[in-house]
Amino acid sequence: MLIFFGQLVVIAPVLLLAVFGVTTLFRINMTERAMARCTEGAIVVGLCSALIILSVMLATDRRLVTVPVGEWVRIPDHAEAHAADESHDTSDHGHEAAPGEEPATTSPAAAKSPHFHFRLKFLFDRLSVPFVIMTYVLCGVISAFASRYLHRDEGFHRFFIYFSFFLLGMILSSLAGTIETLFFGWELVGLSSALLVAFFHDRQSPVTNGLRVWSVYRIADASFLVAAITLHHLSGSGDFAGLTGITDQLTWPSGKAAISEGAALFVGCLLLFAAAGKSALVPFSGWLPRAMEGPTPSSAVFYGALSVHLGAFLLLRVSPLLDESLVLSILATVLGAVTCLFAAMTARVQTDIKSGLAFASLIQVSIIVVEIGLGFRYIALIHIIGHACLRTLQLVRAPSLLRDYNSMINAIGDYLPESRPVSQTVSQSVRTGLYRLAFERGNLDAMLDAWFVAPFVQIFKWSDRMERAWTQWLSGETQPVTVTEEENGNGSTSG
Amino acid sequence: MLPELHFPWLEFSILLPLIGSVVCGLIQDRGRAQRIAVALGSVTLFCTLGEWIDFAMVGTFEAHDHWDVLQMLFGRDNIFVIDELSAPLLPLTSLLYLMTMLSTLRTKIGRFSFGLTLLSQSIVLATLSCHDPWVMIALLSLAVVPPWIELHRRGASTRVFLLHMGLFIVLLIFGRLLLGESDTPEEASGIASALLTIAALLRAGVVPVHCWMTDLFEKASFGTALLFVAPMTGAYAVMHLVFPVVPGWAMRSIAVLSLITAVYSAGMATIQVDARRFFCYLFLSNSSLVLSGLELVNEIGMTGALCVWISVGLSLGGFALTIRSVEARIGRLRLDRYHGMYEHTPTLAGLFLLTGLASIGFPGTIGFIGMELLVEGAVDVYPLVGFAVVLAAALNSISVLRGYFRIFTGQRFTTSVMLRSRAAERLAVVVLTILVLGGGLWPQPGVASRHHAAVELMKMRHVQQSVGAAVADDGAGKERLTEPLLPAKAASMSHQALKTDASEEK
Repeated sequence: MLIFFGQLVVIAPVLLLAVFGVTTLFRINMTERAMARCTEGAIVVGLCSALIILSVMLATDRRLVTVPVGEWVRIPDHAEAHAADESHDTSDHGHEAAPGEEPATTSPAAAKSPHFHFRLKFLFDRLSVPFVIMTYVLCGVISAFASRYLHRDEGFHRFFIYFSFFLLGMILSSLAGTIETLFFGWELVGLSSALLVAFFHDRQSPVTNGLRVWSVYRIADASFLVAAITLHHLSGSGDFAGLTGITDQLTWPSGKAAISEGAALFVGCLLLFAAAGKSALVPFSGWLPRAMEGPTPSSAVFYGALSVHLGAFLLLRVSPLLDESLVLSILATVLGAVTCLFAAMTARVQTDIKSGLAFASLIQVSIIVVEIGLGFRYIALIHIIGHACLRTLQLVRAPSLLRDYNSMINAIGDYLPESRPVSQTVSQSVRTGLYRLAFERGNLDAMLDAWFVAPFVQIFKWSDRMERAWTQWLSGETQPVTVTEEENGNGSTSG
Repeated sequence: MLPELHFPWLEFSILLPLIGSVVCGLIQDRGRAQRIAVALGSVTLFCTLGEWIDFAMVGTFEAHDHWDVLQMLFGRDNIFVIDELSAPLLPLTSLLYLMTMLSTLRTKIGRFSFGLTLLSQSIVLATLSCHDPWVMIALLSLAVVPPWIELHRRGASTRVFLLHMGLFIVLLIFGRLLLGESDTPEEASGIASALLTIAALLRAGVVPVHCWMTDLFEKASFGTALLFVAPMTGAYAVMHLVFPVVPGWAMRSIAVLSLITAVYSAGMATIQVDARRFFCYLFLSNSSLVLSGLELVNEIGMTGALCVWISVGLSLGGFALTIRSVEARIGRLRLDRYHGMYEHTPTLAGLFLLTGLASIGFPGTIGFIGMELLVEGAVDVYPLVGFAVVLAAALNSISVLRGYFRIFTGQRFTTSVMLRSRAAERLAVVVLTILVLGGGLWPQPGVASRHHAAVELMKMRHVQQSVGAAVADDGAGKERLTEPLLPAKAASMSHQALKTDASEEK
C-alpha cells in the first residue's frame, strides 16, 4: 500500500506536466480554470498521498520506505552480455560450447567489466517526507494565489507550464533515492526558475537576469554532475542508501558514508559548490535579487521558499559525507557564516521590498548551512520548513503591505517609529564604507564579471576576430562576411 | 557470406533520391519540384526505416541487400552493407533531409535547390551504407560537389571550402595508397597514419582546421550547410577508414584535438553575434564530443558517444530548422539584439528550446542518457576528459538559452504580416518533439542497441590489434591478411579469442 501511495506522490506531478505538455504540443486550448483545477488536483492527490505515508510511518514506527520504480536504463555487464552473445552466437553460427566448458564470462576480468544503470528509486524518510509535504503545501498555496494574480495575463498558460516543471523537479529532488534522480529534479528546478525569472519577456531586463540565473545554475550543475559521476565510481552506484549507509535500522541522519575521508572531501567540495550556486551562497549571491524580476508568485515559491533551500537540502541528504570529513564541515560552516554576514549587511540597505526579502531569505539560508556544518541536522530541517512558510507569506503579502504602511502613516500623521540601527555605534567613515559595500551588494557580480566573464569573453572575441581574418585571407575577399541590414531586409542569403 | 535483408532497402533508398534529383533538375516549376522532393524524401525515409526494422529482425552485426543489383552488375560483393553503427543513422539522415525539404517556405524555394539536395541525400546514404574504403573515398569526394555548386551559383568565394575539402580528399587518397594492404595499426606506416589522421581532422572540422565550416554556414544556404554537416559522415568515415588502421598515437591525437575543439567551440558559441555561426560552433562542439567519445577505449564511453551521435543529429537538426524557419520570416538573425519572436512563433520557440536542451543532454530528452554515459566513460578512462565534457556541455547550455532569449524574447516584435508557423512546420515540430521526448523518456531500446554496436566495434578493434600484433611478432609476415578484416569475421575471431582466454584461465 505504501508503495502505491509513494508512486502516487511522484505520478501526480508527472501527469500534470504530461497534460500541459500534450495540450500545448497539439494546440489544445485549456482555459485558465482548467489549468488551475488540474494543478490543484495534482497537488491535492500528491499531498494526500504524502500525508498517508507520513501517518503510516508514524503509526508503524517505520523510518524508511523505499519505492523502487526500476531501472530506467541498464547496460548489462560483460557477464550478462556475453552470456546473451553466446546464445546468440550459437544460434547464428552453429557453434556449440564443448561439454564442461566454462563460459568465458565467469572469468574475474569479465566480472569486473564496466556496466551502467540508471535506477529510479524514491526514499521516504525523515528528511524527504517533511520536505515533500512542505513542497506540496507551498506549491498549492501559490498555485491558488497565482490563478488569481495572473488572471487574464497573457502568460498565464506559460506560468503554469513552468510551474508544473518546477513542481515535478522539487518532488523528484526531495524524494530521490539515487544521485542521478536528484540531478534530474535539480535540473528541472533550474530550468523552470530561469524561465520564470524571464517570465515578462517583452522587456530586456528580466531576460538578462534570467540568463544570469541560468548561467550560475549551469556552472553549479556542472559541479554537481562531476560529483555524481565521481560518487558513482567511488561507491559503485549512485544509490543514496549505499552511499550514505542508510538502512531500515540506520536512517537519516545517522548513516555513515561509504567512501574515504579524502574522497568525501573532494566530492563534498563539488557538492558544496553546487549547493552554493543553487542557494545563492557567496560568491553566487548576486543572482538572488535579480531573480525577483519574475512574477510575485514565482518569487515567493522559488526564491523565498523552495528553490533557495534546495542547496541546503542537498547538503542534508549527503550529510554523512560532512560527518566523514571535518574539513568539509568547517568549509560549509565558514561559507554559511560569510554569506550570513554579507546578506545581513546587504539586506539593510535595499530600497525595494522584494530585494529586501531576498536578502532576508539569504540570511536564514546561510544560517541553515551553518547549522548543517555544525552537525545540527534536525534543527536545520525545522529551520527550512519554518523559514519557507514565513517567507512565502511575506512575499505574497509584500505588494499589499506597502499599501497598508502608507495607510498607517496617513492615519497617524507621522512616519512609523524605527529602531536605532547598530551601525550608528561606529564612526561615520566606516558607516559610509559599509553602506557603499552593502549597496553594491559586495560587488560580487562585478568581481565575477571582471575576473571570469570579461577575460573569457575577451579571449573568445579575439579568437573570433583571428578566425574571421584567416578565413577572409584564405577566401581572397576584401570585405569580411557580415550580416548587413540589406540582407536582413530581403533575406538574400536565407534558405 | 553476409546475412541478407528481406528486400533491397539499401539500393532503393539510394536510388530513389538519385532519380528524384534528376527529375527535380528537369522541372522548372519550383513548387512542383518541392512536392516531388518531399514525396521522394518520404518514400526514402520509409525505405530506411524498413531497412532498420528488417536489419533488427535479421539480428546480426551486418547484412546486405536481397537481390544485390550492384553485385550482379559489377560482380563485386557487399558494396553496400548495413551494420549496427549505420542502421539508425540511415533513417536519421533521411528524416533530416525530409524535414529540411518539408520546412522550406515557398518564399525560399527559388534559392534552395531540391535537385542538389536529393543528389546529396543519395550520396550521403550511399556513404553511410558503404564499407569498401575506395568506394567510400569516392563518395566522400562526390559529396563535396553539391555544396560547391551552390556556393558557385551564389557567386560566393569557394576557395576556403575547396581548399579544405580538396586537401581532405588528397590526404585520404594518399593515406590509403600508402597504407596498401595494411589492415592493422601495427602494419600501418607512420606517414600513412599521419595523412589519414589529418584528413579525419579536416573533415570533422577539428580546431584549427575548422574554418571551412563557419565559411560554409555563412555563404551557402542554411539548409545545404546543415545537411552537409549534420549526418556526420566525417565521423563515420573516421570509424571505417581511420580508426581500424591507425596506431594509438593517432587515435589519441584525434581524441585530444576533438576535446579541445568541443570546449573551444562551446566557448566560441557563447560570443557569436550571427545565428548561423552560433549554430555552427554549437554543432561543432557537440560533434567533437561524439568524436572524442568514439575514441574512448571503453564500452560505456563509446556507447555514450554513439547515443550522443543520434541525439545530436536529431536535436541539432531540429534546432537548425527552427533558426532557418525564423530566418525565412525576418532575414538573417543577429544575436547582439533581441528579436522578440515569441508572440508570433510560439511553436518554433518551444521547439528551439526543446531541441537546444536535448543537444546539451537535459534530463528527459534524448541527449540525457547519452551524455551521462559519455561523461561516465570518459571519467573512467581519463578523469580530466570527463570534466572537459561537462564544461563543454555547461557552456553550450548557456549558449542555447542565450540564443533562445535573443531570438524569441526581449522586445515585442511588430509586423503587419502573419508569421505563424505553417502546417508543414507544425508537423515537423510534432515529429521532432515526439522523437526527442520519446527517446528521452524511454531510452532503454536505443541505449541497448548502441551498446551492442559499441561492443562489436570494440571487438573489431581489439581483434585487429591482436591480429596485427601476431603478424608483427611473426617476422616473415607469413600470416599477413590479404583481404580486409570484415566485422563478422572479426566478431567471430573475437569470440574464439575470448573462449581461448577463458579456457586458459580455467
